[in-house]
Amino acid sequence: MNTLSILMSAFVLSLVGLGFFIWSQRSRLLSRSADGSEVIFARGEIGHPETLTPDRSLKAGAGTVDSQELLDRAAADASTAAVVFFFYCCAFVWLLVASAAGLTASIKLHAPDWLVSEAWLSFGRIRTLHLNAVAYGWAPMAGLGTALFIIPRLLKTELVGGRYALLGGALWNAALVAGLGSLAYGVSDGMEWLEIPWQIDILFVAGGALVGLPLILTLLRRKVAHLYVSVWYMGCALFWFPVLFFVANVPGLHRGVEAATMNWWFGHNVLGLFYTPLALASIYYFLPKLIGRPIQSYNLSLVGFWGLAFFYGQVGGHHLVGGPVPAWLVTLSIVQSMMMILPVVAFTVNQHLTLKGHLGALRHSPTLQFICLGGLMYTASSVQGSFEALRSVNVITHFTHYTVAHAHLGLYGFVTMVFFGAIYFVVPRVTGRDWPWPRLISLHFWLAATGIAIYFVSLTIGGWLQGSAMLDESRGFMESVRITLPYLQGRSVGGALMVLSHVVFAAHFVRLLIGGAGRTDQSSTRLSAPGAI
Amino acid sequence: MHSETRLIFGGLTTLAVATAALVVLPYLTVRDTPPVAGLKPYTSAQLRGRTQYIQHGCMYCHSQQPRAQAFAPDARRAWGRATVAGDYAYDDPPLLGTMRTGPDLMNIGVRQPSDQWHLGHLYQPRAYAPGSIMPAYPFLFEVRDKAEAGETVVTLPPDFTPKGKVVVARPEALDLVSYLKSLDRSYPVVDAASVN
Ligand code: HEM
Ligand code: HEM
Repeated sequence: MNTLSILMSAFVLSLVGLGFFIWSQRSRLLSRSADGSEVIFARGEIGHPETLTPDRSLKAGAGTVDSQELLDRAAADASTAAVVFFFYCCAFVWLLVASAAGLTASIKLHAPDWLVSEAWLSFGRIRTLHLNAVAYGWAPMAGLGTALFIIPRLLKTELVGGRYALLGGALWNAALVAGLGSLAYGVSDGMEWLEIPWQIDILFVAGGALVGLPLILTLLRRKVAHLYVSVWYMGCALFWFPVLFFVANVPGLHRGVEAATMNWWFGHNVLGLFYTPLALASIYYFLPKLIGRPIQSYNLSLVGFWGLAFFYGQVGGHHLVGGPVPAWLVTLSIVQSMMMILPVVAFTVNQHLTLKGHLGALRHSPTLQFICLGGLMYTASSVQGSFEALRSVNVITHFTHYTVAHAHLGLYGFVTMVFFGAIYFVVPRVTGRDWPWPRLISLHFWLAATGIAIYFVSLTIGGWLQGSAMLDESRGFMESVRITLPYLQGRSVGGALMVLSHVVFAAHFVRLLIGGAGRTDQSSTRLSAPGAI
Repeated sequence: MHSETRLIFGGLTTLAVATAALVVLPYLTVRDTPPVAGLKPYTSAQLRGRTQYIQHGCMYCHSQQPRAQAFAPDARRAWGRATVAGDYAYDDPPLLGTMRTGPDLMNIGVRQPSDQWHLGHLYQPRAYAPGSIMPAYPFLFEVRDKAEAGETVVTLPPDFTPKGKVVVARPEALDLVSYLKSLDRSYPVVDAASVN
């Protein structure tokens, strides 16, 4: 048998296995009558979005909403407040650091003689600082903070051992400071996404374990029979990431082109099996909460989740199309990249059906605007990614700025937008203070959305032209460089708007913290939960 | 779902499948591919230069993996034949790269064997490649009134020489150039992969 037929039969076999597995989960569900998607609501709460200011209709009929459940929710929020607040504060800092580095790197690409006297400011380093500050700073701090907030709510219990998470978070951030310091100084392990020296990675592992521990302890103490969709995503992400990070960073284990396949196994899985599930879990929680309606289809969620778990892990080889790695590996990854359309469509249809008829809520809830835009961009970036993996497209786009546009559509348009929305929802509930200037939230939203639109469109066009020029050997290489210049400048304009939006966001947060209670209605906070939502 | 063990077990199984395909199989089959005959190990100066290459992040703009003729015209751009696993036997870690903001460098030693060209190009890329967007690396050099004995003076095109001064290459620059000049995969490969 040749490799291709082995590959095909392995593929068909595992597909059958996966189908059976999903089916078994499904039949198990049908044997119980309760619909799993309703567990995030208190009895009688369906039909009412969770808002900070007490919902009149709910108050009027106070008897209909189960106030014990609301009390439990308040207790869950109280147990996570300090930890979540700490993680979010770190997230804000890394967001600003990373944005500044990103904008600097962007400008340097069209102004190559700007800021060249210091090694740490040179493109190669500032770009790496940008990547590592988003990859290990902003995204995990915002994502884990949100997970720490949501999980106890979903399990209807208090967070157990929050102090460990706090210590873990502190260790993690110390490691990141050390890591970025060493990259700025020029000590790097030399593989993309894995640049931070392995000695420092030990700290990350210790910190990450301490953050994960309370979540496991909480899971064991859960008071609900049913695990909600968000718990699947977050629970698995928290198991997947440590395995990925550990295997990838063991010194001396990986060599030659095997190190390259491992590199992109890690690279794509940290996206697909860590940030993506954290963000999807947030959508699955906040979207229904904000419109007061359970997720449409439980079975579609199952397909979405297990499809992602299975296919996403194997797509890493699409970063090596045309490279000196075994051809079967690249083929496998391309096939699984296409299969990813399945869970993506399942997710998309599910969200669409859930939101149907509730679009009006978008006008009143800025959180929902961020979450919905993020959800849409998940679909967009994933479908784009599936096609980008095809050899015929990849041969043009692989080595170009087109990839960078896709990267930001995914990690900014989707993941970052969702986390913005989550932070707007969570902060008032853990600090007991409302956002003082709602207008700034809209300003943040429009700056960020316009910024990423400009960023994405410029680099997509620029990258495509660059790739086409490179494929045409009758045109000199320099032409592929010259042709991108206006688009690189366009990216800096879009990027500047994004950075501005982050400054607005952070300033608003600071104002919330130092502005005292402001015009906040104390009864709208977790501090006085009984009766209020 | 009602059972966390099922969830975690299922999740770890899918990850195990992925790891088997993308990490374990390559580990067993290509990790220890012997060097292709004709590939020389790096000298210590070249290795120091390679560290400079990593330190300054050259791989974020330059790939080291020409693609096959049938797939893309890389060879016709003089970037070299498609590489095979054995070409990376001494590369720890391999620096394949994912961008071609600048050209592929796997055979830059063949295309550009001149020390002075490389040094001048690192000092100011636009001295040799008008329109280039590669950053200048002035911190790898010293601009002085005159050079000491044994130092390498960089000769630049007249417009780019600082007035009344000389540009002296620091050891880091010399190491980096010796690494760049070692990038040469022009020897033939005769293993199965390259025939396809
Ligand atoms: C079905 C889903 C997806 C598929 C099949 C996919 C596929 C791809 C492909 C083919 C590339 C280009 C590799 C190359 O030519 O170098 C890529 C790059 C990338 N994708 Fe995706 N993508 C998907 C979804 C996403 C999502 C949801 C995110 C964000 C969370 C994301 C983030 C990225 C990033 C950051 C890169 C650049 C990696 C690097 O070069 O450092 N992708 N993806
Ligand atoms: C906080 C949100 C952001 C996230 C999550 C993010 C994520 C990323 C990722 C994953 C990459 C690697 C892409 C690749 O290798 O293909 C990257 C590169 C980059 N990002 Fe961002 N980014 C963010 C914001 C920004 C902003 C505001 C700018 C400003 C213009 C920016 C400019 C850049 C540049 C210039 C690169 C280097 C691209 C190259 O190597 O050519 N990013 N970013």
